[in-house]
Amino acid sequence: MRTLADELRAHPFFTGLSEDCMRLIAGCGERVMFRSGMTLASEGSAANEFYVIERGRVALQLHTSATGALLIQTLDAGDILGWSWLFPPFRWSVEARAMQDVHAIRLDGKCLRAKCDSDPVMGYALMQRFSYIMSQRVEATRLQVLDLYGRASRS
Amino acid sequence: MKDPLLPHLVEMQSWQQESELVFTFQVAPPEGYGSFRAGQFNMLYLPGMGESAISISGDPADRNHLTHTVRAVGNVTRALHTLRPFARVGLRGPFGRGWPLAAAEGRELLLMAGGIGLAPLRPVLFQALAAPERYQRVTLLLGARSPEELLYSEQLLRWKSDAGLQLLATVDVASAAWRGDVGVITDLVQRAAINPQQTVAMVCGPEIMLRFCARRLREIGVASDAIHVSLERHMQCGTGFCGHCQLGPYFLCKDGPVFAYPDVEPYLMTQEF
Repeated sequence: MRTLADELRAHPFFTGLSEDCMRLIAGCGERVMFRSGMTLASEGSAANEFYVIERGRVALQLHTSATGALLIQTLDAGDILGWSWLFPPFRWSVEARAMQDVHAIRLDGKCLRAKCDSDPVMGYALMQRFSYIMSQRVEATRLQVLDLYGRASRS
Repeated sequence: MKDPLLPHLVEMQSWQQESELVFTFQVAPPEGYGSFRAGQFNMLYLPGMGESAISISGDPADRNHLTHTVRAVGNVTRALHTLRPFARVGLRGPFGRGWPLAAAEGRELLLMAGGIGLAPLRPVLFQALAAPERYQRVTLLLGARSPEELLYSEQLLRWKSDAGLQLLATVDVASAAWRGDVGVITDLVQRAAINPQQTVAMVCGPEIMLRFCARRLREIGVASDAIHVSLERHMQCGTGFCGHCQLGPYFLCKDGPVFAYPDVEPYLMTQEF
């Protein structure tokens, strides 16, 4: 049976990290499972973790008084959920809810923050990887904000 | 059709609302029309209103009907939206260069469509899924503004279950009741089973979407010259005489609307071009 460290090592997000880093990271991780409909994170709640989604689909939602829950993005197997644990005030900026049964690895952000502070090489490596994800999400958000299909006049 | 500039009156045979602004209708082809190639378009004419270039969205093998899917956003298309069966419209066509389906034979065929960009790609699906043995795999990645604006949903699901179409769809935003993907079409590239080295891609949608899709496809290893896009400009004559649809050295109505991406990339990156 593959250990949690094996699972993480095989994930593209962690590719290139040293064995020492991987041991430290895996030491902050645990396997978790959320039934469909359960909440992984609530908007405004303390963000002390991130997730590597192994199976299932997660909805990122924002609530407005006018529309209720608005689904702004879905994450699937292989995706990384959560970067708010990296930045003060360490609060989730969206709600994350399981759309199906979700199997994931939860990584303890508090534990990792301490390790990143004491090991800047590992901290930089992780920051690079999260920055890449953030840049991808910013690009995707730009496209969504453009409302491409709403304004396009192709016929 | 002998004179490509002369519209022929045709009768609307059927009409169907697809979403709030999008509708599909069929007309009987005029005499001498022959056949069309997937990706070509017709000019539809309403007396007193004008003409509009409309992609052909039906089955190229169907010689009895010409199908058009239209978004009612301009004068002509809004007027078309009010017509119903037995109404008559002027038609010229078919015009333009279609999708290079032959180039995809023996390889993977990947279609990426955004919004109403699916309309000019649907004839490709009709053709490819009628002879799926010619392709290693047929994939459609589909983006839309909302679940309600996904086109041809029932037919696509049938093709997925009965004809082996790999179908992934995503929307920009949805209510919590939606169970599918939310995000941008480029994200679907990593979710789909694709062999980039074997892939011939055909992409249609808003121009900025074409650029992002092409960039993503290149990142995963699809060859630049295996990426084909369909462009839109203000087509008027359909024959390359009037110059309204000029893009660099090309007249889209005659040299396009389908191009290999490297041929048009420099012009898509030029502002105000």
